[in-house]
This record gives sequence, structure tokens and C-alpha cells, in this order.
Amino acid sequence: MTRPVIRPGFRLQWEPVQNAHVLLYPEGMIKLNVPAGEILKRCDGTRTLDEIVVELETAFQRTGLKDEVTHFIAGATSSGWLHP
Amino acid sequence: MSAVAVGPPLWLLFELTYRCPLQCVFCYNPIDFAATQDELPTAQWLRVLREARALGSVQLGLSGGEPLLRDDVEEIASEAHRLGYYSNLITSGVGLTQERLKEFKRVGLDHIQLSFQDSTRELNDFLSHTRTFQLKERCAEWIKASGYPMVLNCVIHRLNIDHLDSIIDMAVRMGAEYLELANTQFYSWAHLNREQLLPSRAQLERAAEITRDWRERLQGKMRILYVVPDYYEERPKRCMNGWASTFVTVTPDGTALPCHTAKMLPGLSFPNVREYSMQDIWLHAEGFNRFRGQGWMKEPCASCDERDKDLGGCRCQAYLLAQDAAATDPVCAKSPRHAVVVRAVEQAQRVNVPDSGVREQPLVFRRKENSVSLSHLGANENRTPSQ
Repeated sequence: MTRPVIRPGFRLQWEPVQNAHVLLYPEGMIKLNVPAGEILKRCDGTRTLDEIVVELETAFQRTGLKDEVTHFIAGATSSGWLHP
Repeated sequence: MSAVAVGPPLWLLFELTYRCPLQCVFCYNPIDFAATQDELPTAQWLRVLREARALGSVQLGLSGGEPLLRDDVEEIASEAHRLGYYSNLITSGVGLTQERLKEFKRVGLDHIQLSFQDSTRELNDFLSHTRTFQLKERCAEWIKASGYPMVLNCVIHRLNIDHLDSIIDMAVRMGAEYLELANTQFYSWAHLNREQLLPSRAQLERAAEITRDWRERLQGKMRILYVVPDYYEERPKRCMNGWASTFVTVTPDGTALPCHTAKMLPGLSFPNVREYSMQDIWLHAEGFNRFRGQGWMKEPCASCDERDKDLGGCRCQAYLLAQDAAATDPVCAKSPRHAVVVRAVEQAQRVNVPDSGVREQPLVFRRKENSVSLSHLGANENRTPSQ
């Protein structure tokens, strides 16, 4: 069971001035939208993908998020944000 | 200028010192760098860090010159970490020791970018006019071993572009995660040496092919950033993501600039952080507001349907090539001064034949004596020096 985790050298943080989560890396920054921030915040190496989905569904009182989250995590992995 | 919405200065660059043991022929530091003697003290750098962070700065570059010639880089990096910056040390490796590396790690420096000038000792040492190749190799090993993301940078130009394959190979062998291969942009020392540094079209085509091959082979294991020289483009670059929109540089003496070469522009005054707060500077300084937005544009930019894309290009390049900082960047094919760029490119197609009778100008190294003599002569950056 893989537990998604942000890649070494990358850092996720909340930026009050931008009112957004950002992902920082060598000489770069990605400003994240709300769903991306909420997913990545939970990619700390302690939760499995299923656990992340359950947490998000509870937090936002939604169901059926699994496809969206899976898709995002696959994209974030191939972009090099998450540890492969 | 009140119509222009001003966002946060996300990128803060500290040029901690102009002192540098290297004498690279493509350096973007000002020609008159030797005139700067009064470097900001540590406490001022720390104050600027705090003020800029409050405005929203989040990426910090620690550069120079060679920043490691100062002994307070650790202290600055430590405060940067405490404030929530992502900090990048941009170094030639000279001055790096295992002890300092350990301290950087401890205080939370995020990343070190190490520069090479070539994959061969001979050319690396020639271009920088120092024996530094082996030292850089050692630094690369230390940086890797200490667990930092490994980022190598090699400025590319006519004299080393044919070594691109072995430069990429070197980066792979060193275990780099990123390799930045930026073609020289022609400002300052690189502008003086443009004739020797601008590659030919054939060289660039081969380089693009080599880069493509390596990217395929590496499949993302090492990321290669390859930037072509804008002289070969039909449209100018979106310089600094727009004047004073994202970026602020503080020079060694405390002058705040909207880009690292803006000080060359005549008729603009730039404030010093010793006298003004970062908030005052970012929001109100005349030099920062001068080219914000699009109100300053002349034709053909003013009515161009691509102006939102490139924002008229680079103000420094407009000044260097058209002697008017508010002109369209002459790289643009629509610029009435585009012929200047076309001529430079044409000239770059020449074949280097030792006995062809074409005499190449000698390279001008970035060293103190040259800085002093070129500045005293009143040479502006348009003039190539006579021997």
C-alpha cells in the first residue's frame, strides 16, 4: 500500500498573501487551487490513497472523490511533485 | 499608475556581494561593479528579509558575485528559513566547505545550485579564468552526499555549446536532479563579448537535437531546462514576467531593482533599502512604477495584439540595442530596430577558421581591472572595448 509523500526538496505551505497553498521547489513555485492544496496537504507519507479519499469526503461532505483524487495524484507524481 | 494592480514580489534576489574569484566572460553583473565598495551589513539584509516576507516574497535567491565570500550567508539563510522562505544558494562552489554545508543543512537552507562553465577542466578554467573545475567536482559530491536536491547550472554559448552532450553526461554522472542549460543572454559582460559568445544556427540546431535525445533517454530522471538565446526568436521574452510584477533584486550596496540589470537604464532612479522600507520601494518607487503595466508602451507595442503575451520584451535589451528603454525589444520582428539583431545573428553564422583573415576580438574577462578601466573610460555597454 503506497502512502503518497511530497518529494524531497519540495515544500508545501500556506501563503496568507496569496490566500493559497503553494508548492515550493528549487527556484520555482506552483500556486495550488483549493482541491490540489487539500489533497497535497494529506500526502505526508502517513496516509494511503484510500485514507486520503475518506478524509476528504468527510471533510467536504462529498462522496465519489476517489477518481478525482487518484487522477490528481497520478498527475502530481508524473510532474515530480510526489515521490514516485 | 494607480490603474496597475501590484501583486506581491514573490521572488527576492539578494546579490550579497559583487566580489567573485571567477572572471566569467558572460557575467551579468554590471560592468562598473568595481565601483561598489560599501556592502550592506548583515542586520540590513535581515531587515529586508522580514519586510519582503510580509509583502509576500517566498522564493529567495542568495547570489552575487560569489555569495560564499561573505561569512553571514548561514545567518541570512537561517532567518530566511524561520520566516518561511524557500531559499536557494547560487554558487560557483568557491568558499564551500563540508563544515559550511553542514551548517546550511542545519539552519534550513533549501537548495544549492552549483555552476559549471563546461564539462572539461580546460574550458571551465579558461572561461572563468580560474582553476576551479576540480573544486566544483568535489563540491558536487559533497552537495549530493548531504542530501540536497542536486541542481547544476551551465551557461551555454558559442564556445561550449559543442560540448553539450558531455555537459549533460557529466550532470548525469554527478547524479543531478535538475540541469539548467541557459544560453547566455546578452547583457553586461556577455554583451561586451557577444561576438564570441553568440552561437550559430547550426550549433543551436545540434544542441536542440542532443537535448531532445537526452530527455528521451532520461525519462524525467533528470530534468533539463534548456533556454535558447532570444536573438534567434521572432518575438521577445516576457522579461521578468513583467517589470516589477514578480521580482525584486537587492544589489550589494542595497539598491533595489526590478531586475538584476536595470541599473544600466538612464534617467531612472532606484531606491536604496538603507533609506526606504521594502513596502515603500515595491509600491511607490518611481523606478519600479515606470514600466509597470502597459501605459508606457510605444508603437508597435501599444496597439499590438500580442502585447499581453510578451509585455514588450526586455527594457534593458531595448536600451542596449535601440538606445531607448521604452522601445519595443529589438528581438521582436515587428521592431523598427530588428535589423540590429538580424545583423548580429548573420555575423554568428561565420565559420571560425584560424587563418581566414577574420580577426576575432579578444574576450573581456570580468575582472576588477577591466571594470575600472571600462567604467573610467565612460564606455557604455554598447561599445566593445578596443585593445
